[in-house]
Amino acid sequence: MRERLLRPIFFVPALVLLAAFVVYPVVNTVWLSFLSPNGDFVGLDNYAEVLSQPEMVDPRGFQRGFPYGALIHNFLWLIIHLPLTVLLGLALAVVLRGVRGGSVIKSVVFLGMVTPMIVGGIILRFMFDGSIGIVPGIVRLLGGTPHTLTAYPETALLSLILGSLWLWVPFGMVLYSAGLETIPSEVYEAAMIDGASPLSMFFRITFPLLKPITEVVVTMTFLWDLKIFDVVYAATMGGPGGASNVLALQMYFYAFREFNSNSAAVVACVLMLLTTLVAAPMMIRSAREAR
Amino acid sequence: MSGNMRRKTLTALSRDAVAWIIGLVWIVPFLGVFMASIRPLSEIIHGWWRFESFTPTLRNFIGAWNHPAAPLSEGMVNSLKVAIPGTIVPLFVAAIAAYGFARFRFPMKTYLFLTIVMLMTIPQQMIAVPIFRIMKNLGLVDTPFGLVLVHSAWGIPWILFFMRNFFSTLPIEVEEAARVDGASDFRVFFQIVLPMCVPALVSSAVLQFMWVWNDFFLALILIYSPEKLLATQRIPLLRGMYHIDWGVLTAGTIIVMLAPILVFAFLQRYYVKGMVGWVSK
Repeated sequence: MRERLLRPIFFVPALVLLAAFVVYPVVNTVWLSFLSPNGDFVGLDNYAEVLSQPEMVDPRGFQRGFPYGALIHNFLWLIIHLPLTVLLGLALAVVLRGVRGGSVIKSVVFLGMVTPMIVGGIILRFMFDGSIGIVPGIVRLLGGTPHTLTAYPETALLSLILGSLWLWVPFGMVLYSAGLETIPSEVYEAAMIDGASPLSMFFRITFPLLKPITEVVVTMTFLWDLKIFDVVYAATMGGPGGASNVLALQMYFYAFREFNSNSAAVVACVLMLLTTLVAAPMMIRSAREAR
Repeated sequence: MSGNMRRKTLTALSRDAVAWIIGLVWIVPFLGVFMASIRPLSEIIHGWWRFESFTPTLRNFIGAWNHPAAPLSEGMVNSLKVAIPGTIVPLFVAAIAAYGFARFRFPMKTYLFLTIVMLMTIPQQMIAVPIFRIMKNLGLVDTPFGLVLVHSAWGIPWILFFMRNFFSTLPIEVEEAARVDGASDFRVFFQIVLPMCVPALVSSAVLQFMWVWNDFFLALILIYSPEKLLATQRIPLLRGMYHIDWGVLTAGTIIVMLAPILVFAFLQRYYVKGMVGWVSK
C-alpha cells in the first residue's frame, strides 16, 4: 500500500517541467493576446488590429505583387510546398526502392533532414546567389541573366518555397520508404497474375495501402510550413521589404524588435490555432491507438 | 520473349538513371558548400564548379573556428553544454513518466495522456514571450541552464509518447514476477525495464540531441551575450560586413553540421527508427 502512494513520484518531474515551461507560458500568451499594451482587457480587438496590418495581410499585393503579408505568404508556402512534398516524397521512395545503390542515395537525400534549418537557410541563399550559386549558374547556361533570386521581391519567396523542398522532401521519402516495406510482395504478385499494369497497381494497391503514411506526411508538412522560421531568418530575414516574411518571423519582429508582446501574442495564437486544428485529428487518433 | 526482356532491362536501366539523378540533385548543394569552403573566394566567385585553378586550403575553416566576432570554437563548446544535458534530462524524466502511463492505473489517465500528447503540436512562438520573462525572474536568462530547462520541458511530450508506446509492447510477466518477489516499482523500473529498452532510449536520445543541437529559435530568445552564443546562433554572424564571405560562412556551416552528421553516420538506424516509430506504429 505504501508502495502505491509513492507512484506519483514517477510523474512529478515531468508534470512540473511541463506546467512551468510549456502550459503556463501558453496560457500566458493567450491572455496577453487579449490585453492592450498598457494592460487593459480589450478582447478580440488586438486580433482585428494585427490582422489588418500590412505586414500580416497586404491587399495591395494583389495589384502590385509581393509582399502580400506574412499570413498570405505562409498560405502560399502551404499550397505550393505541401502537395509537392507528398508527391516527390512518394516518387523518391518508389524510384529508390530496389535500385542498385538505392540505400546510398537515400542516405545522401536524408542528409538534408539532419541539417540544422539555420544552415539550410544559408545553403539556399548560397544556391540562389547571383555570382556563386548553381541555380543562377544554370540560368546563365540557358542564356538568361543571372540574378540573386532571393534578393528580388518577385522571386524571393518562391525561391525559398521551392528550395525548401530540398530540405523537407527527405522526410516524406523516409516515411514512404518505411511504409512501402510493410506491403507484402504477394499482393503485387497476385495482381501481376491478374494482369494488372504497373500504373493500376500503384493507384489500386500502393497508394491506398499507404494512406496512413500520407496522413502523417501531410500533417507534419502542414506544421512544418506553418512554423517555418530558421530558413527564412538565415536566407532573407523576410526581405527584401517583407517580400518573404512569414508568421513565425513576424512574431519574432513584434516581440523582440518592436517589444510589442501583445501583437506578438496574437500572431502566436493564430499560429497555434492553425497548427492545433490541423494536427488534432492525427494526434488524438494515434493516442487512441496507443491505448 | 526477348523483346519483353529487353524492355525490362531498359526500364531497370532508366530507373537506375533516374535514381542517380535524384542523388545528384541532392548532393550538389552540399558539394557546392564543400567546394566553397576549401577554396579561396577569388577562385569561386564566378561559380564553385569552375576549376581553371584549384588551390585547396583550410584557411576558411580556421577563419570560422577563430572568427573575431563569433568564434565557432566557443560556440561548439556552448552547444554541447546545452545539447548533452538537454538530451539526458528529458529522456530520464519522460521515460519514468511514460512507464507510469503504461503500467499504473489512476483516474483521468487517458485525458492527462492526451493533453500531454497535444502539447506536441504547439509552436515555439507560443511560449517565447512568457518564457523570456520567467527566465528573467528566475535569473536564468542568458544561461545554458535556463535553455536546458526549456528544451527538457519541450522534449517531454514526444519522448513520453514514444516511450509509452514502447513500454506497452514489453511483456508484463517478468515485471509481475519481480513484484511478487517483493521488488518495488522503482526497482522494477530501473533493474528490469530500463535494460530492456536501451534501443528505444537510444532512438529518443538521437532525435532529441539533433533537435536541441539544431535548434535556433529558443537559443535566439534566451541567449544573447556574445561569448555565450550557441553554434547555430553564430552562423548568421559569419556572413561578413560588406560582402558575404562565402568561404568562412560555408566552412562554418560544415563545422556546425559535424555533430548531426557524426551522430547520423553512426546511429542512422536508430535515427530512422525513432523518426518512423513515433509517427506510425
